[in-house]
Amino acid sequence: MIPFDVAYYRPSTIEEAVQLFSSLEAKGKRPLYYGGGTEFITLARLGRAFADAVIDLKSLPECRILSVTAHELTFGAAVSLTAIEEANSFPLLTKAAREVADRTARNQITLGGNICGRIFYHEAVLPFLLADSRVVIAGKEGINERSIHEVFQQYMHLSPSQFLVQVKVDAAYSNLPHAHTKRRQQGNTGYPLVTVAALKKDGKLRVAFSGVCPFPFRSLEIEERLNRTLPLGARIASVIEALPSPVLDDIEGSAKYRLFVLKHALLDVITALEGES
Amino acid sequence: MMKCEIILHINGERRSAVIRQADTLLMVIRYLGLTGAKPGCLNGDCGACTVLVNDTPIKSCMMLAIETVGQEITTIEGLRDTAIQRAFVEQFAFQCGYCTPGFVMNAYALTTQKPDADEETIRKWLESNICRCTSYHEIEQAVRSVLAQKKR
Repeated sequence: MIPFDVAYYRPSTIEEAVQLFSSLEAKGKRPLYYGGGTEFITLARLGRAFADAVIDLKSLPECRILSVTAHELTFGAAVSLTAIEEANSFPLLTKAAREVADRTARNQITLGGNICGRIFYHEAVLPFLLADSRVVIAGKEGINERSIHEVFQQYMHLSPSQFLVQVKVDAAYSNLPHAHTKRRQQGNTGYPLVTVAALKKDGKLRVAFSGVCPFPFRSLEIEERLNRTLPLGARIASVIEALPSPVLDDIEGSAKYRLFVLKHALLDVITALEGES
Repeated sequence: MMKCEIILHINGERRSAVIRQADTLLMVIRYLGLTGAKPGCLNGDCGACTVLVNDTPIKSCMMLAIETVGQEITTIEGLRDTAIQRAFVEQFAFQCGYCTPGFVMNAYALTTQKPDADEETIRKWLESNICRCTSYHEIEQAVRSVLAQKKR
């Protein structure tokens, strides 16, 4: 049960959504953009999230797109992870999406919710970081398309009045060799100890991580170390030295255990891709 | 407290309810007397509250009731003598029964929408629900038996 009142709005255009946000704010309200709602309802019940108005984005046509052309894949932010999995237009994204939560939860969890939410794993963002994707963002300033690397640095840097509309990927990325592994403490549906996603482009490995640090990341320095002509064990040891922050140490797993798991996950992912052309 | 009246389409009927807009679907359907969907974890983990919204399994503790206005909701009370319900009985796929409505709703969707489901698909779908009596083997058997009937 959510222990406070929330007014629910369901706009049908991007402009209406943005205007609603502004007008509610002007009235002293604390509005929140709303997708699948799973994170908000969970955190609100625990007293860790508050909004007195939610603006549901699921009726915005631009946010519901799931399209493939010869040149580009477009994923609307309000598309569910299950729909992405079933469409399978970007196989690495399919693998990342189908490891989030459980099947029934994924019927509700949206792409935008996974990438923009407060729970920091954001596993669906990893393939997009690897594919140098572009994000379409709506806000008071209008609708803008930007590189994901400008906007996603540890988390999505959006102002409260902005929301993610779409993520776009060059179609060429959908056919590249790739690998994905998610290692949990136990079971098949929980948060990761370590998730590693990898793509091989132009003979070079690209890797992105979740669960290792308290934010997902792709690091060019790590990729440079991973692509050196050294034995695999030496390259993995070099990668560990270049992690961007101390390794997570929490109830899911100690830092020492996560590092142990990370080394094995990297070994499996690289081994799977080294032979690929 | 902000309250409003909504009309929900549940099990083929129009049902009126006066709700807070922050009320979850689970709370509202139980308030309407449809107590088959069970409050378990209330955290989206256990699946005991699973219902169908437009034929899609949804954890009703994780959805606002007001979101479902204009959509078709099916609860366990809306299923009558279906193949999966008979299979749960024949395969002894429950003990205390608390999780059973959620499992049945999810398994009903699986067996009707994925008649060619392979073992991986069955596993992925059933991971959404938890049974503390550990009847998992029998539940999987119930699903497999219905899928086998459909292939005959």
